[in-house]
Amino acid sequence: MGTRTILHSDCNCFYASVEHLYHPELRDRPVAVGGDPEARHGIVLTADYMAKRRGVKTGMALWQARQVCPELIFLPPRMDLYLRFSRMTHEIYAEYTDRQEPFGCDECWLDVTESADIRGNGLQIAQEISGRIKKELGITVSIGVSYNKIFAKLGSDYKKPDAITTMGRDEYKQKAWPLPASDLLYVGRSTESKLTRLGIRTIGNIAETDPALLESWFGKMGLVLWTFANGLDDAPVCIENTKAPIKSIGNSVTTPRDLVTDQDVKIILYVLSESVAARLRDNGFRSLVVEISLRDNGLFSFTRQRKIDHATNISGEIAETAYQLYKENYDIENKPLRSIGVRACSLVTENYWEQLDLFSSAEEREKKLKMEKAVDEVRRRFGFYSLQRGIMHLDENLSAVNAREDHIVHPRGYFGQ
Amino acid sequence: METQKVYVDVVAEFTKDGILLPRQITWEDGRKYEITRIKSRKRAASMKAGGVGDKYICVVDGREVALFYEDNNMWFMERAGA
Repeated sequence: MGTRTILHSDCNCFYASVEHLYHPELRDRPVAVGGDPEARHGIVLTADYMAKRRGVKTGMALWQARQVCPELIFLPPRMDLYLRFSRMTHEIYAEYTDRQEPFGCDECWLDVTESADIRGNGLQIAQEISGRIKKELGITVSIGVSYNKIFAKLGSDYKKPDAITTMGRDEYKQKAWPLPASDLLYVGRSTESKLTRLGIRTIGNIAETDPALLESWFGKMGLVLWTFANGLDDAPVCIENTKAPIKSIGNSVTTPRDLVTDQDVKIILYVLSESVAARLRDNGFRSLVVEISLRDNGLFSFTRQRKIDHATNISGEIAETAYQLYKENYDIENKPLRSIGVRACSLVTENYWEQLDLFSSAEEREKKLKMEKAVDEVRRRFGFYSLQRGIMHLDENLSAVNAREDHIVHPRGYFGQ
Repeated sequence: METQKVYVDVVAEFTKDGILLPRQITWEDGRKYEITRIKSRKRAASMKAGGVGDKYICVVDGREVALFYEDNNMWFMERAGA
């Protein structure tokens, strides 16, 4: 394999930047996206640079953030809007390469080796992409240009916002090696403190340590870190669009009254499954795993999940699996339930292909999907309650619960699932 | 602060190739403006009004104006002099 040209593009303060775009009146004010400011709980998902300079950090409780930055403006997250922007960035990337691998919804690796000859070198492509994203989407990116994924990512972190950093073979010793070891992918807090105790503080220190020693300290991961630090990582950039950029979509709700019968639970599971399935369809995802979370009225909670046979975004299939899981794992006679969640995990995009089997009818599923899309359309035009399942009328107080958006976006692991 | 994003009524037509072309804009005061020419259509962000969409550079009364088609199927313009 010859030298590859790999970019890592990272949208700066992604959620906050999108909100800034939609709120031009907040231009010179610190903004954080997170939680539900009205309900006085939740955490900061993203803060803009102004807020970060004042000490606001991702993951802070809202009240802590307000303590360090009293004039901070909180905006509730609009995940669907951010995913739309994420998709638009991928559309732009796709004009340069079919090898793009998302890491979370705001970061992406691009292997532009093949187009580097036509479009100029990696740096020129990075400049073009950065300019287009600014002009067409109104947000900024930082891009790292290198010959492997690890250094490309270090490059995109090197200078922010709105910057391009090259990490070539002749540069990484000056640029990457002085960086603290914790900047390296997979050096988390505990690895970092262990490294520090061993006198290893920078990426260069890792690179210059005997790999056998690293292996004796950290096992296999030690060798991986050594490979990363020396720029020897040769992991390919995956071909675009069979993996979803986020991990899961879920909804949960604390019901207006405790649930005491199977039928109560079924109603709620259908409400939640419909919302989850609709959001999967909106974003062009299907899921391979259904997970339920149950919490009884003594606040004890647990989750159970199951892999399903075919990737799905059909609410009936999700609800049935969820109900099965519930029946197998809980006895409502023992204790009433207080809150329930349904989550679709192991997401794939609609481009995901799979083996059909003899026993399930693809035609039948196609029909169901068409029906659900028709329901989406009716609801979009005439409102959510214009079309309801029969089961929802068994207890209208319960079925009227508003499936609260409650999901967290994590990037996938570097080594895949 | 007054918003700089002005949603407008638009009369538009589809070509047989599926391209959407705005023909007439009704400004917020009710006045109607004929679009005599469309110079370009490109996705772009409006930093002034706040939003993203297909940006049409239109000629109205011999002057160029920008008209955005957002993906919520609404048309907006930036308030002049903002």
